[in-house]
Amino acid sequence: MNIDIPKKFRPLINNAYQVARSTLRPISRKYDRGEHEYPKELDMLASVLDGFNEGDPANSAGATTTGRGKVQDDGSVKNGANMGVCLGAMEMCYGDTGFLLAMPRQGLGNAAIAAVANDEQLERFKGKWAAMAITEPGCGSDSAAIRTTARKDGDHYVLNGEKIYVTSGARADCVVVWASLDPKLGRAAIKSFVVDWGTPGMELARLEKKLGIRASDTAAINFTDCRVPADNLLGSPEIDTKKGFAGVMETFDNTRPLVAAMAVGCARASLERIKELLKDSMTYDYGKPVDNCSAVEAEIYRMEAEWEAAYWLTIKAAWMADNKKANTLEASICKAKAGRVGNSITLRCAELAGSLGYTEDDLLEKWARDSKILDIFEGTQQIQQLVIARRVLGLSSKQLK
Amino acid sequence: MAKDAVGYALTALNRLSGSEMLDRIGMRKTVERLAYTLTKSGFQAITTTARAFNSGNPARKPARLNAPGHSRDLFDLGITEEQQMIRASVQAFAQEVLRDQAEHADARQQTSDEVIAQALELGLNYFAVPEALGGAATERSTVTSLLVAEDLAYGDMGQAVAILAPMGVANALTQWGTAQQQSKYLSTFAEESPPKATIALCEPRPLFDPMALQTTARRTGDGYVLNGTKSLVPLAAEAEIFLIAAQADDGPAVFIVEGGCEGLAVGDDPSMGIRASGQRPLTLNHVRVPLENRLGNRNFDYRAFVDLGTLAWCGLAIGTCQSVLDYVVPYCNDRTAFGEPISHRQAVAFMIADIAIELESMRMLTYRAACRAEQGKSFQREAHLARTLVKDKAMKIGTDGVQLLGGHGFTHEYPVERWYRDLRAIGVAFGGLHL
Repeated sequence: MNIDIPKKFRPLINNAYQVARSTLRPISRKYDRGEHEYPKELDMLASVLDGFNEGDPANSAGATTTGRGKVQDDGSVKNGANMGVCLGAMEMCYGDTGFLLAMPRQGLGNAAIAAVANDEQLERFKGKWAAMAITEPGCGSDSAAIRTTARKDGDHYVLNGEKIYVTSGARADCVVVWASLDPKLGRAAIKSFVVDWGTPGMELARLEKKLGIRASDTAAINFTDCRVPADNLLGSPEIDTKKGFAGVMETFDNTRPLVAAMAVGCARASLERIKELLKDSMTYDYGKPVDNCSAVEAEIYRMEAEWEAAYWLTIKAAWMADNKKANTLEASICKAKAGRVGNSITLRCAELAGSLGYTEDDLLEKWARDSKILDIFEGTQQIQQLVIARRVLGLSSKQLK
Repeated sequence: MAKDAVGYALTALNRLSGSEMLDRIGMRKTVERLAYTLTKSGFQAITTTARAFNSGNPARKPARLNAPGHSRDLFDLGITEEQQMIRASVQAFAQEVLRDQAEHADARQQTSDEVIAQALELGLNYFAVPEALGGAATERSTVTSLLVAEDLAYGDMGQAVAILAPMGVANALTQWGTAQQQSKYLSTFAEESPPKATIALCEPRPLFDPMALQTTARRTGDGYVLNGTKSLVPLAAEAEIFLIAAQADDGPAVFIVEGGCEGLAVGDDPSMGIRASGQRPLTLNHVRVPLENRLGNRNFDYRAFVDLGTLAWCGLAIGTCQSVLDYVVPYCNDRTAFGEPISHRQAVAFMIADIAIELESMRMLTYRAACRAEQGKSFQREAHLARTLVKDKAMKIGTDGVQLLGGHGFTHEYPVERWYRDLRAIGVAFGGLHL
């Protein structure tokens, strides 16, 4: 047993850290205030990340390699792509969570394509920026209730419906859309389709104004008799009522640790900042029992302990993915822990800083807003608890609703 | 707040129960328990007399264990085949013997000789002694010791403490002892009947800080004189070897004291939980310790000594919390209310999800600190963070375990009330153990 980050990730972590400090932080406030402005500085950065991706994926901080370990399964222990991506995301979100989400060609749609596309599709969508469209006005966590339909018509599918909360939906080259081949058949009939911008019938409805991560655009997109080539369906076109949805859900085993990593990174920024602000009023010697410290010192230690727990739970879930171990439970555990801990730490740090932490001169107030989404998307705190409880109790979704 | 009429009445009642008048009117029996409580601080007994420890022929240098060769520069939660085998036998023992005896041992405030004898068959003591001194240990195994603590506590925390206390002394002697101390004391742990031994660190006062000891070690011509009071000392009445922490002129230090020596006495002060550990207070009244019995002489890290004890308690907490989780799952699936199992309600299910989440949190921080200690890296910060998190989460899990069983949980019919009492120890205990 060894619970430490191997040296081989140091270049990746350092690259991402440099980006966070030198590129993201200086423009953080600018795009928080200028919501919906395109952060053009990211184009240069994305090219650099593409370079990392094409070189050694182990050096990449992007999402495209999630779930696709390059390593062979020879029974030996792997610290691979999933861990690397999480470590990169932690550093990037230590810089700015909104920018990581807005990073060109690093969308969740890219992760979905990387995870389930066939070789021909991988080649065809290579280099494209893909957003992910699941949520609808009437369905959030309950993805089985998706009402967007995909009707087969010759060598096309015809999409009809309304999608919301599509991260980078307007900026991306294409959108991976979840739609049902037959809403009566529930989850098994849900398939994902890559829809290119410019396809007739696909229309941008609006961009949301949000609490945080304002640098990342969130789009609402309407589909009206939108004809998508049948080749753009990801995975099997058959409706398999036995597994069907499981394939779609497996994506979460890789993306939930990634979002947990974002929460860990964002919270680290707050924790580091408050320790800096308080450095004259306390010593961090990790010596006295926590109950013998001053109230604020004790609270910092408690937050740090919670943060470390979230950090290592995230690395554990990623390590399991790298080693082809089933990690649905651990992915939800790290997401639940990091989501809530990240939010409470950023909020508390803003409070401890007093008005300094509440006004726009410092980024503490921004991080306290940004962190909230990380306990919501890719499955809310409550959805993670449901997943965990069902697994631990051995109950079905019918038994434990 | 001023004393009111009820307060005065209670005070009067107290005086009455303490007075000799009760004997004259034949009421003594009815207030016997109270009388016992009033005088308990006066009850003292000498400790068990130790066997004759023989210095033999000490080696030139103490035997030390190095970081294991199997750890590589990769994050890895896997354990070795040897660790798997040790865990399997410890787990079987914990589930079959310790769990079965837990209620009885708790009531008797003692781990039975039979259980201790069966625990010895596991051979854990040999793994605590280096090969050069007759044991089987070839490399440092902090993680293995931690996993053993976790697995024993899965059966029962109180008995686990009684079993682990002598291992802790052996581990500490391996890590810090001088060649002479190892030859005299450590080698006996690899004998047919190893000594009972324990670590006395905690002291009875609020906000106890292990770095600020009130037990003193005054330097004299040929050694030290120890004075003070220790609390929560496992096996205090039975131990033949004590490692006693005391404040010396040059900072906190640890001294090897043999059972039965003059001035060393055990009291009686039963605790809320871990009762099977045989914990008792220990008083030191001018206890003379020879110079060579200062642990490690000058080559000693008191901070690490404390932290390795803290991590052992964290390991115990993990084991007991795992037993809470494994108990409430079938209980809540079986127990029905309003026509369906209570586990089908989110209010119940989410409490269980939280137990699972925080138990894994406890594991990651504790394992990480132990891994660093095993590899010879600094681990003070990691141990501090582990304790900070574990003591809070463990107690929450303990109280939720009782809550999930409702009224049942409050009775001795079910083990969760004992786990609740045991888990309160984690925020209180220092020393006693050493990984």
